[in-house]
Amino acid sequence: MSETLHELLHRAFPDATELDVADRTGGGDHFQVTVAAPALRGLTLVEQHRRIYEVLAEPLADGTIHELRIRTKGSP
Amino acid sequence: MTYTDQIRSVIDEADVALFMKGTPQLVMCGNSDRALKALRRAGVSVTTVDVLPDPQIRQDLSSLSGWPTIPQVFVKGELIGGADIVEELESTGELQTTLRERLGDGYADDRSELTVSLA
Repeated sequence: MSETLHELLHRAFPDATELDVADRTGGGDHFQVTVAAPALRGLTLVEQHRRIYEVLAEPLADGTIHELRIRTKGSP
Repeated sequence: MTYTDQIRSVIDEADVALFMKGTPQLVMCGNSDRALKALRRAGVSVTTVDVLPDPQIRQDLSSLSGWPTIPQVFVKGELIGGADIVEELESTGELQTTLRERLGDGYADDRSELTVSLA
């Protein structure tokens, strides 16, 4: 499942300078996502997190993701 | 009054509104706990709403805010974010700055917690 999320994020942020998906519990439904990308530059944290929620809308809606932690940064 | 109306009035009227799973006395989710604790450390008064009594509360809240997860923290009517953002803002000192800007210097005087039940 981490791979699927990684793929979705990679497609949305192909030029990310940092992109990591960690399975926090090993159970395949609690994830920590880290994204640093130029596309996030200039956005507020709320806007940055909204972008991640948009990209992961499907796994969030279908219950694949039970818990999501997000860390984002705009990179140069 | 629909949930949406009730949610909107809490968001509009509370200086700081925290929509969470459970209550401050019995927190039912680790992320809600993280957000609550960060707000407590900031010393600000918080109005909390438990979203668990009815799944519809959470649905109506997310429709209104455009934010899919719980918790959600609002300051003076504006969404500040969930647990990750609140903790991050706390660590950079921006949480205190935001609270001071929006609520005034005395935001940490006379701290209280008010629990609102929607039904």
